[in-house]
Amino acid sequence: MRSNGPIALLFHALVVTFVLAPLVLVCLVAFTAQDTLSLPFAGASLRWFKAVFEHPDFLQSFYNSLQLALMSATLSVCIALPAGLALGRYRFPGRDALNGLFLSPLIIPSLVLGVAFMRMFSVMGITGSFFWLVVAHTVVITPYVLRMVLAAVMGIDRSSEQAAQSLGAGPWTVFRRITLPAILPGLSGGWMLAFINSFDELTMSIFVTTPATVTLPVRMYMYATESIDPMMASVSALMILITGGAMLILDRLYGLDRILIGERV
Amino acid sequence: MSDPAASSLKPKRSLPYILTAPATLLFATMVLVPLLLTALLAFNSYDDSVGIKSTYDLHNYLAIFGDDYYLRIFWRTFWIAGLTTLICVIVGAPEAYVLSRMSRKWRAFFLIVILAPLLVSVVVRAFGWSMLLSADGLINHGLQALGMAPVKMLYTSGAIVVALVHVMLPFMVIPVWTALQRLDPTVEHAALSLNASQATVLRRILLPQVAPGVLSGSLIVFGLSASAFAIPGLLGGRRLKMVATTVYDEFLGSLNWPLGASIAIVLLVANLIIMMTYNRILERRYSKTLG
Repeated sequence: MRSNGPIALLFHALVVTFVLAPLVLVCLVAFTAQDTLSLPFAGASLRWFKAVFEHPDFLQSFYNSLQLALMSATLSVCIALPAGLALGRYRFPGRDALNGLFLSPLIIPSLVLGVAFMRMFSVMGITGSFFWLVVAHTVVITPYVLRMVLAAVMGIDRSSEQAAQSLGAGPWTVFRRITLPAILPGLSGGWMLAFINSFDELTMSIFVTTPATVTLPVRMYMYATESIDPMMASVSALMILITGGAMLILDRLYGLDRILIGERV
Repeated sequence: MSDPAASSLKPKRSLPYILTAPATLLFATMVLVPLLLTALLAFNSYDDSVGIKSTYDLHNYLAIFGDDYYLRIFWRTFWIAGLTTLICVIVGAPEAYVLSRMSRKWRAFFLIVILAPLLVSVVVRAFGWSMLLSADGLINHGLQALGMAPVKMLYTSGAIVVALVHVMLPFMVIPVWTALQRLDPTVEHAALSLNASQATVLRRILLPQVAPGVLSGSLIVFGLSASAFAIPGLLGGRRLKMVATTVYDEFLGSLNWPLGASIAIVLLVANLIIMMTYNRILERRYSKTLG
């Protein structure tokens, strides 16, 4: 009785088609040999992928995005790790307020954050600074890392820490030899998730990037509002490839199901 | 501390504050300060020749709520987000149920298929839909091949809703799925063995327990749809504006930052009210079941 009837399966097939259709089509169209958006049945070619590499602005944006994602994900982990340890282990006055503050970017629309950063950067005269772009991205992605660190910290079996402590290990040794290895999967999963989120981010970035710091999603958005040609499809396909690769690593490190739903399926 | 094992570490009182100091510094300077500046900016006025003038009054808010143009944009955003939420409930909740009844292997596979697009950039997904729906897009090519007239789909509210549903569906499937996992299957078995029909089981057992998941998903979907930017930007065109694209145009097009800031603040406040209402409802539910 716990199996699906034919109607349920048909419904499921339709939903899966709906979910995958635009992504699969983007990847197919990327290989077209023609000048218009069309399926590559009349002949496949890599010309539109080549076109991407002949656009220095797209390449520049790709490097910007890559650098930005690497730096902000790393910075994010450095900040979320101690904060997660404190929030996960200790009860202290102001704990709930801090917890709320650290998770607040999840309930503030990215659009509002983008506008707010744009205003602050202009007041401070730092518009166009790459460093502050990294900081802005760090704020937006840290909640994801923090949640993963918190989940990892809560899941630690404290007895081995206590054993080490009773055998005379100092707090730093306990952290380095016991705690850190125990939360490493959660931490690296968090880093990867932060990387993907930063790499894909559009809505906030569009307000705070300048021509020199434009990220790939922003460049793609600008390009797509002006013209639609198969090159957009190849850039998108490359984007899906990169995200897909990151997802694969994430799955190995931590389990994609745990990241997306919060539990093992 | 309730956990005796935890207290045995005996932290210094200042330790948690030292550990959270970098995050506190980051979030204070990058969340509180910019939001405060934006709230102040919304009280300023804008002049084409002078730029932003530091007046402090409510004229931007009065302009938004007194002008048909902005009210129409808010109304459009509201109903598009509402319709998207409704469709996500109608599609996402049954899909989560179908997934939960699959065998373990297929379930894990299809959950990832349904949820993984969440990690693909929204620009890519918006572009995918614009490619499908455009005048000489693939759907119209298909229609023409079948001898039918092409249909204008891109730059309509329909296109925005379809693409938003595509982006938001995972946010509905996840909470409903989580609620279904907490369900005790033996209750369903018991009801069936006592001769309850499938429909009764669905109505009396499944729905009440899944409702919080649906509610939670609806609020997330509504909030994210109402502030969505890339989808209306690429699929709505210049004329079919939603709140987010309007804010963008005020900031980067007409350069009227104060007006843009006040629209953004309205969006933020509306979003926070929705989230807090949700928490209130949850609390009431809990106090009812516990007290």
